[in-house]
Amino acid sequence: MRSITLSQAVNEAIAEEMRRDETVFLIGEDVAEAGTPFKVTSGLVEEFGTDRVIDTPIAEPGFMGLAVGAAMTGARPIVDLMFGDFLFLVMDQLCNQAAKTHYMSGGKLNVPLVLRTNLGATRRSAAQHSQSLHALVAHIPGLKVAMPSSAYEAKGLMKTAIRDDNPVVIFEDKLMYQDKAEVPEEEFLIPFGEAKVLREGRDVTLIGTSSMRQVCEAAATMLEADGVSAEVIDPRTIAPLDEATILQSVKKTTRAIVVDEGHQNFGTTAEIAARISEKAFYHLDAPVIRMGAMDVPIPFSPALEDLTVPTPEQVAENARRIVAGELIHAL
Amino acid sequence: MADAKTNTEDYLQMYRQMVRIRTFEDNANQLYLDAKMPGLTHMYSGEEAVAVGICEALKVTDKITSTHRGHGHCVAKGAAFKEMFCELLGKEEGYCRGKGGSMHIADQSNGNLGANAIVGGSMGIATGSALRAKMQGSDDVTVCFFGDGATAQGLMYEVMNMAALWKLPVIYACENNGYSEYTKTDEIAAGEITARAEAFGIEAHKVDGQDVLAVNALTTELVQRARNGEGPFFIELDTYRYHGHHVGDINRTYYRTKDEEAEWKAKRDPIKLFGDWLTGEGIASEDELAALGEEVRSEAAEAVAYALEAPYPDGSEVDMHVFLETT
Repeated sequence: MRSITLSQAVNEAIAEEMRRDETVFLIGEDVAEAGTPFKVTSGLVEEFGTDRVIDTPIAEPGFMGLAVGAAMTGARPIVDLMFGDFLFLVMDQLCNQAAKTHYMSGGKLNVPLVLRTNLGATRRSAAQHSQSLHALVAHIPGLKVAMPSSAYEAKGLMKTAIRDDNPVVIFEDKLMYQDKAEVPEEEFLIPFGEAKVLREGRDVTLIGTSSMRQVCEAAATMLEADGVSAEVIDPRTIAPLDEATILQSVKKTTRAIVVDEGHQNFGTTAEIAARISEKAFYHLDAPVIRMGAMDVPIPFSPALEDLTVPTPEQVAENARRIVAGELIHAL
Repeated sequence: MADAKTNTEDYLQMYRQMVRIRTFEDNANQLYLDAKMPGLTHMYSGEEAVAVGICEALKVTDKITSTHRGHGHCVAKGAAFKEMFCELLGKEEGYCRGKGGSMHIADQSNGNLGANAIVGGSMGIATGSALRAKMQGSDDVTVCFFGDGATAQGLMYEVMNMAALWKLPVIYACENNGYSEYTKTDEIAAGEITARAEAFGIEAHKVDGQDVLAVNALTTELVQRARNGEGPFFIELDTYRYHGHHVGDINRTYYRTKDEEAEWKAKRDPIKLFGDWLTGEGIASEDELAALGEEVRSEAAEAVAYALEAPYPDGSEVDMHVFLETT
């Protein structure tokens, strides 16, 4: 099978859906000729023109609001938010307007839009260009949240998101845009709410979102050398969350570590860990471990920044300790 | 000038819609005072000529976005009393099945994209609706209603900039009732409000918001021009709200005098002014207008009685409509 980059995968998904459905359009800062700073949307304006690939002023709340109104009246906008950190600028339009319109109207109106943005630290971009804010969005009823972990997921989830009749936020890891993965030439979609078991194991379940999937896979390889068998699961969407696949795995392995690049406090790791603790408590042989980003603003200096994100070594170390039955408060 | 209202039927339709709004609000206020309405609401009374003058210049497929003070826009765009009162009381037959209430009534069948409880929150939606109309090649126009208070929100300037750049068929209708919640507008708005739109190259107009004919004539012209691709436009409508910011805002002498309120009601009441004009021109007699008022009052009484008896939504609806399920 051919391999393409995550960036190409997103580009293909958008192009295919724009060909398929004339109500789909792309709007955001420098999405047309510039193709975004990450060059993800390059080439789209040449095919679809400036009527459907719309460059906006630097006005995130404004173009987010426009997208909500266009979606309410029958279009399917894809909003490009250059950095995930800018979510704070669009929160009213996303969370008070887009997320609630269907409910507040008693089902009469709906907002089929996609907000594509990114997450991920270690790009030396400091505290306002490095955050992973998906938990904030997943907290709001009415929003769906997808977190592709490779080019394959990026394409399949994007196509599903564009066809969804609800607001969907997709977080791409900005450090993965050039990472390649096998992506079929033929069309495919990845349904929301279906986790993927990437590796089967007996002793511990490692649940990793977005690029933390690769961290978990690397940890699992290290653990294998030590005779510890780790199962790795990528939830792929956190809203909806495929609880069944996660619980089934944990009931088998009896231990779980949840790894995610959002801040650990009140985060995605906490939510998944709590669901496991509530629903698989009597199957557990160890407390569920959360591993999120450190609860500090992301620092600039490489010497500091690298300390804030979970690493395969740390995941493997925690796994070894809980499999060995070490006292939990030592962690 | 495009076709402003010129015949008896159109004039009486405008008068009736204004009376319907006032009557709706009188009933809503009473429901609140009698503790029969959950929550609170914001009365449109006094501003009727704005909503009616504008909405009578629109087609059913033209869109509006509304505000927390939105009952007038909803009625003027064609909504029925029964579904509106049901919504205000949180009943199943309400426009939003009781999930929105006074501050979120939406009536998409008449082009009302919904009231909005975030001040200025619908400006993006209105502009996006206009963008959609332009992309589709339809000639629908969107009117964005908002108050003077909302002119302090940054979103307005972001979307007016884009509307002007892209020549979108949207009309920003600023209902300047003189007060931003409990504060005089003079204290929150620097410079001229219309100058803000003009800074983007948007043609801006000021009109007496108590004069329904003036509002309608101006809007009719601007709507026609917006359909022809000459938009966007901005209108500042000078008006007044008779009640407080919300129904519970009873003791308000600390921000405006009772004399001021009495003067507006005596000299600039939009319904009285238009009624006097209709009788003066011989279009309708006082008796005919009084009979029309009675008719509307009984329509409202019937709708209120219906809504009070109507069932609440079943508890099973609480988690319905969070998402639209795609089949």
